[in-house]
Amino acid sequence: MSDYTLLAIVCGLGTYLWRGLGVTLSARIRPESELFAWIGCVAYAMLAGLISRVILMPSGSLEHTALWQRLAATGFALVAYLLLTRKNLFAGVIASAAAMYVVLRLSA
Amino acid sequence: MTARSGFQQGLLHAAGVPALVLAAGYIGFGALSAGHGLSLAGTLLSTLLIWALPAQLIIVEMHTLGAPFFAVLLTAVLSGVRFLPMTVILAPLLYEARSRPLHQYAAAHFISMSGWAWAMARFPAMPPERRLGYFFGFTSTLMASALASTALGYLAGDLLPPMAKLAFVFMSPMYFLLLLAGGQNDARGYLAIVVGAVAGPLAHFVTPQWSVLIAGIAGGTLAYFAHRAWKRKGLAR
Repeated sequence: MSDYTLLAIVCGLGTYLWRGLGVTLSARIRPESELFAWIGCVAYAMLAGLISRVILMPSGSLEHTALWQRLAATGFALVAYLLLTRKNLFAGVIASAAAMYVVLRLSA
Repeated sequence: MTARSGFQQGLLHAAGVPALVLAAGYIGFGALSAGHGLSLAGTLLSTLLIWALPAQLIIVEMHTLGAPFFAVLLTAVLSGVRFLPMTVILAPLLYEARSRPLHQYAAAHFISMSGWAWAMARFPAMPPERRLGYFFGFTSTLMASALASTALGYLAGDLLPPMAKLAFVFMSPMYFLLLLAGGQNDARGYLAIVVGAVAGPLAHFVTPQWSVLIAGIAGGTLAYFAHRAWKRKGLAR
């Protein structure tokens, strides 16, 4: 077994610790409690923070796109999703990719 | 309408945009791993066992830079800490009288950003007894798509033209953005989303590695107390 394979297995076990601990803790916290409400806020804020960071300051291959290109494609996706198609997720996501492709093509 | 089981319904719902968006991310992961000369077996095991793309990317990068085993392990495991609040919130929604704790512990492995955000948006309107089956149907389809895409990216990732690849990669933040924008949230949920969206980039300036966690805790706490203060004044429900 290679080092990398072993690493994948051990890191998988380590990551599961959080998920398993989450189930154990959830049995001890009442869903109507204030603690639960706070944990929910943290979970949503984490996800929202991650998304906005990826759009505003991406790392990896999206670094090759400009901020205005990402914002234009994001705006188009939101309009397609919320206004044009009444929350059709498929249409919204495809619109975002199409908009990004067109914007990149036009500015190339 | 025919009576589909929760599992079948979840499977069908995943086999569209959710599987496609995930495929885009995992094709990239497979291509990256092949580019670094890592084994296909290890790359597939990474998707199956870790099931968290950010951690998987961290491991590839640190490992190929020659970081010590325990440094990689620590960084990868710490990056998964977001699963703790996510699982705490989701597990009670998956519970119903006939289910056993074992079901919840098994479901916990399948929680990812994608499955979680989808479930949080749909579960309030779904009868509790359908949710566990639905969740397994939905997430096992995602897992199958991710494994196939990892292999595809590993074997054929470099064939995509660069612009199409960028458009592909852009789909995954958009998918989460639209899920959040269209979900059935209360005022507190929306407040947490808005404050978190501002806190994320700010925290990234200070500490890129810890930004997700710090933005989540600081932004979520701020949103929680702001909502409570408003509620006291009778401005929000």
